[in-house]
Amino acid sequence: MTGPRALRRLSLPAVAVAVVLLLGALLAGVLVGAVGMSARGVLAEVADHLPFVSIESGLGDREAAIVWDLRLPRVVLAALVGATLAAAGAAYQGVFRNPLADPYLLGVAAGAGLGATVGIVTAGPAAAVVPAAAFAGALAAVILTYALGGAAGGGRSGTTLVLAGVSVAAFFTAAQTFLQQRHADTVREVYSWILGRLSTVGWAEVGLLAPYAAVSLLVLLLHRRLLDVLAVGEEEAGTLGVSAARVRLVVVAAATLGTAAAVAVSGLVGFVGIVVPHAVRLLAGSSYRVILPLSILGGAAFLVLADLGARTLVSPAEVPLGVITAFVGAPFFAVVLRSGRRGWGP
Amino acid sequence: MGAVSGITARGLGVRYDGRVALAGVDLTVAAGEWAALVGPNGAGKTSLLRALAGTVPCTGAVAVGGAARRGMPRRRWARLVATVVQQPVLPGAMTAAEYVLLGRTPHLGYLAAEGPGDVAAALGALERLDAGALATRPLGSLSGGERQRVVLARALAQETEVLLLDEPTASLDIGHEQQVLDLVEGLRRERGIAVVSALHDLTLAAQYADRLVLLDGGRVVAEGPAEAVLTPEAMLRFSGARVALLRGPGGEMVVAPRRAVGGEQEAIGG
Repeated sequence: MTGPRALRRLSLPAVAVAVVLLLGALLAGVLVGAVGMSARGVLAEVADHLPFVSIESGLGDREAAIVWDLRLPRVVLAALVGATLAAAGAAYQGVFRNPLADPYLLGVAAGAGLGATVGIVTAGPAAAVVPAAAFAGALAAVILTYALGGAAGGGRSGTTLVLAGVSVAAFFTAAQTFLQQRHADTVREVYSWILGRLSTVGWAEVGLLAPYAAVSLLVLLLHRRLLDVLAVGEEEAGTLGVSAARVRLVVVAAATLGTAAAVAVSGLVGFVGIVVPHAVRLLAGSSYRVILPLSILGGAAFLVLADLGARTLVSPAEVPLGVITAFVGAPFFAVVLRSGRRGWGP
Repeated sequence: MGAVSGITARGLGVRYDGRVALAGVDLTVAAGEWAALVGPNGAGKTSLLRALAGTVPCTGAVAVGGAARRGMPRRRWARLVATVVQQPVLPGAMTAAEYVLLGRTPHLGYLAAEGPGDVAAALGALERLDAGALATRPLGSLSGGERQRVVLARALAQETEVLLLDEPTASLDIGHEQQVLDLVEGLRRERGIAVVSALHDLTLAAQYADRLVLLDGGRVVAEGPAEAVLTPEAMLRFSGARVALLRGPGGEMVVAPRRAVGGEQEAIGG
C-alpha cells in the first residue's frame, strides 16, 4: 500500500525532535542568565510553583524572585511570541501563496507602530496603555486594508489585498514619522520598541498575550487542511467547493489577532514569521499539516534562543531582539532563495 | 454514485467588466453523453465551462438532475460537478497522492480531516487512470502526460456526475492526447458521467464527442453531430478557417485544414 508513504503527514519523529528542541531551549532560557545559580536550585524553584508540588529550592528570596518573576515569564513570553509569529507567517504564506508573506504583510507592523507611538507620546514609554494602543493600531490597519481591498473591486483577491496593505502601511508609517518629528524626545523609546524587546516583562504580559495566542493558534491549526486546498489557487479551490476568500478572511483574522497581541507585548520582531516556516518546509515538507504544528514548536524554540542571545551576548546590556532574529534570518533567507526548488513556482 | 442525471443550462450569461462573454446559452448534456465545445478563441468556451462550474457570476439557471445550482452551497455543487481547468496549478512539492486527495474536499466538513475511505477513493482514482505508480512522486517531477492523468484522477476522486474539461489535451503530444481522451471515454461509459469539454482539435472533437456545440461571440451558432456542425461553410464563417471534412479508413471523421488557393484568400478577409 502506497498510501502512508505518498501522503506526507506529520511524523512522530519530526514532532519528537521539535518538542525536544523546544524543551531544550526552554531549559537553557531558564538556566542561563546574568546571575549565576545552580541548575538544581533553579529547577526546584520552578517545580515548587506547580500545583500539588512543594520543593525547597535552597535559593534566597532574591534569587527565587529572579527565577520566577523575571526569567521564567520572559522565557514563556518568548515562546508564545515565537509560536504566534511563526504560525501567522506560515498561514499568510499559505493564503497569499507567496513565500515572502510575513505576519506584517497587511499593515500590522505600521498600525502597531503608529499605535505605540501615539501611546508613548501621550502617556510615556512605560505606560500600560502602550500595548493596548499598539494592539488597536495593528487591528485597525488590517481592517482598513480589508475594507480598501474590497472597495477596490477584484473581489478581495490576494493581490488586491496585498496592494491595499502596502498603501495602508505607507499611510500609517507616514503618520508615525510625522508624530515622531513633532516629539523628538520620544524617538529613542519608539525606536527601541520597533526593534523588539522582551526586557520589561513579568507575568502580566504573558497574561495579556496568552488568550489571543491560544485562539489564534487553535484557529490556524484547524485550517491546516484548507490551506493545502488553497495551494491549487482560488479558481480550482472554488471548483472543489472551497471559498478562498472566506478561508483567507478567517485565517487572516486569526493570524492578525495573534500577531497584534504579540506585537503589543514584544514590539516588532522581524523574520521569525518567514525563517521558521521556511526552515520547516525545507526539512519536513510542504503540507500545512506539517508546517503549522512544527512552525509553532520551532518558532517558540527559535525565539527563546534568540532572546537568550539578546540578554547574554553583551550582558549586562541587551541586544534588541529584532537585531538577533534578523541577524540569523537574513543569511538564512539567502539560503532559502538559493534552494528555491521546493515548488513555489507554478 | 447515485442516479446519474446529466447537466442542463438555460439562458446562461456571463459578463466581464461589462463585456459580454456569454449570452443566453442553453445546453443539455445527458448522463454518459460527451459534448465538445468548439469555436474560435474568445467564443465563450471557457466562460461557459466556468458558468457551469459555478466559479464565475452568471445569469440564467444550471441544474444537475433536479438540483439547481442557485442557492446551493458551493461544496454541494462540487459533489455534482468536477472541473479540470485549462492550466491547473500543480504545487511542485506536493505528491500525486496528496494532490488527488484534494478531490475529496467537497465530501468533507469545513474543518474535518480525510478518513481511510477518502484515501482509498483517491488511490483508486489514481489506479483507474493508470497512475498508481505515480502516487509518491512530487508533481514537479511529472511529465506532461503524467500530470494530466493525475489532474483527471483528482476530478475522478471527486465522484461527481458531471465532468467539465477545459482543453484537457492542450500541450500534450498526439499519443498522450489520445491516451487522455481514451481514459475520459472509458470513465463516461463505465460510470455514466456527463462530459462537457472544450477541445480546439476539431478532429479529436469529432471523433470522441457525441455532439459538438459551436460557439461564436458568446452564443451557440450550431449544435449537433460533427458532420452537421463542422461544415466548411461554418468553419470559414466562424473560425476563418478553410477545412475539408474527410473520412478515415474506419469511417471516422477527419477535419483537414486546406491551404488557400487562388481567390480563396479574398473570401477570408471579409
